[in-house]
Amino acid sequence: MNGTRTPTAAPAARAPRTRRAVLKPQGVLLAVLLVAACVAPFQLVPFRVFQLTMVLVYAIAVLGLDLLVGRTGQISLGHGGFFAIGAYVAAVLLDRWDVPYPLTLPAALAVTFVLGFALGIPALRLRGLYLALVTMTIAIFLVPLLKRFESLTGGSMGLTLTKPDAPAWTGLAQDQWLYFCVLLVTGGATLAVAGLLRSRVGRALAAIRDNEAAAEVMGVRLSRYKTLAFAWSAMLAGAAGCVNTWVIAFVSPDSFTSTLSIMLLAGIVVGGLGSLYGPLLGGAFVFFMPTMSQGINQAAPGVISGLLIIVIMYVAPTGLAGLAGRASAARLARKK
Amino acid sequence: MTPTSPPAPPGGALAVAGLTVRFGGITALDDVGFTVEPGRTVGLIGPNGAGKTTLFNCLTRRYEADEGTVTYDGADLLAVAPHAVVGLGIARTFQNLGLFPRMTVRDNVLVGAHARARAGFAAAALRLPRVRREEARLRAEADELLARLGLTDVADRPATGLPFGTLKRVELARALAARPRLLLLDEPCNGLSHGEVAEFADLLRALRDDLDLTLIVVEHHMGFVMGTCDRVVCLEFGRKIAEGAPAEVQNDPNVLRAYLGTAA
Ligand SMILES: Nc1ncnc2c1ncn2[C@@H]1O[C@H](COP(=O)(O)OP(=O)(O)OP(=O)(O)O)[C@@H](O)[C@H]1O
Ligand SMILES: [Mg+2]
Repeated sequence: MNGTRTPTAAPAARAPRTRRAVLKPQGVLLAVLLVAACVAPFQLVPFRVFQLTMVLVYAIAVLGLDLLVGRTGQISLGHGGFFAIGAYVAAVLLDRWDVPYPLTLPAALAVTFVLGFALGIPALRLRGLYLALVTMTIAIFLVPLLKRFESLTGGSMGLTLTKPDAPAWTGLAQDQWLYFCVLLVTGGATLAVAGLLRSRVGRALAAIRDNEAAAEVMGVRLSRYKTLAFAWSAMLAGAAGCVNTWVIAFVSPDSFTSTLSIMLLAGIVVGGLGSLYGPLLGGAFVFFMPTMSQGINQAAPGVISGLLIIVIMYVAPTGLAGLAGRASAARLARKK
Repeated sequence: MTPTSPPAPPGGALAVAGLTVRFGGITALDDVGFTVEPGRTVGLIGPNGAGKTTLFNCLTRRYEADEGTVTYDGADLLAVAPHAVVGLGIARTFQNLGLFPRMTVRDNVLVGAHARARAGFAAAALRLPRVRREEARLRAEADELLARLGLTDVADRPATGLPFGTLKRVELARALAARPRLLLLDEPCNGLSHGEVAEFADLLRALRDDLDLTLIVVEHHMGFVMGTCDRVVCLEFGRKIAEGAPAEVQNDPNVLRAYLGTAA
C-alpha cells in the first residue's frame, strides 16, 4: 500500500536507505506535479486557468467520494447533494453576513460533516443498493428545499456573488489567486486523506471493504467507522462545493443537478478506485465530460457517465490509474 | 517480543455451559459445556457439521446463543459487543481464511493490532506526532511477528494468491498481533503437507510457551491433536460426546463410532 518494496530479507540496518531509494520515483512524480501546478497559472490564459481550477475543485469531491467507495467499499449517490450544501453554506454566509472568504470553508466543513454523520447512520444497517437509494434521496430532497427557503437561498434564481480579488501584495490576477486558493485546499485535503489512509483508520476502512466479519473480529467497530467514513467523505464533498462558490461566485438549485452525484461516482471509477492520483483524473472527467457531451444531448452527460461506470467496472475495476499501474507492472514482468 | 510481552494474568479461564444454538430446524450446538484453564491447549474435534466452527462463532459473538452461558475471565462473554471481544484478549482464525485480500500481508497483520492502538480520524488526518509514534511502534511489532512466522519475504504482497498454507500463517500472525491470551484456531493444518504439519506444531508450541497463550484448536489432523493438545473435546451433531486427555478421547467408544459412522 505504501509502495515500499524492501528486497527479500534486507538487513534491518539497511532498511532506511532501501526505503529512500524505492520511494524515489514516487517523489519525483510528486515534485514534477507540484512544480507544474505552481507554474501553470503563469503560462496559461485565464480561461485555461479557470478550467484547471475547476478540475482541482472536483478533484476534492472525487477524493472524498473515493474515501467512501474505493477505500471503505460503501456507496453514495448523494454526494452531489453534499457538494451543493457546501456551496450554499459558503454562498449564504457571503451573501447574508459578508463573512470573510476563508471562514466559509470551516463552516461548510462543519455543516456537511454533521449532515454526513447524521445521514451516515443508515450506513450501519443498509448495504449495496439500499444504501445507494437512501443516499440518492439527499440530492432529490435538496432542490425543493433550496427553492422553498427563498429568502435565504435566493430560490430558483440562486445567489450571485462577487469573486474575491487577490490581495495586492501577491501581485496575482483574480483567476490566478483563486487557482492558488483552490490548490491549497486540494493539497490540504489530499494530505489529510493520505494521512488517514496510512494509519490505523485507513487500514480499518480497507478491512471493512475487504471482509467485514474479519474486521469486526479484529476489533473494528463497523458502525462507527462506516458512519465516520461517510461523514468525512461528505465533508470533503462539502469543501469542494465551498471552493466551487469561491470560483464561480454563483449558486442556484439547477447548478447541482442529480447527475453531479453520478458524475462524481463515474469520476472515481475513471480515476481508479483507491488511488491517490485518481482524483485528479476523476476531477478532469467530472469537469470536461458534461461540456463535451452536452453538444450531443441535454441528457447525454448522465447517460454517458452511467454507461461509463458499467463499462469501466467490467474492463478495469481499478480505473485509469489502475490501468496505468497494470501496464507498468506488465512492463516490469517482461523485464524480468 | 518475549521480554516485553506482559505476563499472563492469573484467571482468564473460559467456561462454557449449556450452550445451545439453533438454525431453523438444525440444532448446531446442543447443551455444550466445558471449561478451559489458562495455559491449556484444548483440541476441539468432531465430524463435519458437528458444530465446531459454530462454537467459535459464539465465542467471538458472530452468532447469538439461544441458551447457555459463556464466561471468560469472570465476565459474561455473551454480553460483550462483537468488536470488543478482541479487547478481552480473544483472537481467532477462520476455517476458510478471513483475510483482507486487497491489503498487503503486513497491513493484514497491522489490522490485528487495531484494538491495541488509539489513532482516530482527525489525529490520523493531521498525522500528529503521537500517531506517527504509534504507527512506528505498530510497524516494528508487525515486522517482528512477520519475521517470526517466516513471512518477511511476502510482507508487501497482497494477501491473496499465495499458497494456502502461507495465507493460514498470515492469519495466525494477524491474530497474534492482537496479543491475545486466548487464541481460537479453526483447522490451522488444513492444506498443509505431512511435514508442514509437524513444523507447524513445533511453531505453535513455541508460540504458546513464549506468549503464554491459551489455545483452542479445531483440527481434523489427529496426529497434530494428539501431539499438541493436553485436553480434547469431541462434538457430534452439536452434542459433546467425549472430553478428556487425548489418548482417552481417541479410544472412547463414542468417538470411534462417530468417526467410523461418518466415514462409512
Ligand atoms: N449460519 C448458518 N446458518 C444455518 N446453518 C448453519 C450456519 N452455520 C452453521 N450451520 C449449520 O450448523 C451445523 C454445524 O456447522 P459447523 O460449521 O459449526 O460445523 P463444523 O463442526 O465446523 O464442521 P466442519 O468440520 O465441516 O467445519 C451444520 O449443520 C451447519 O450446516
Ligand atoms: Mg468448521
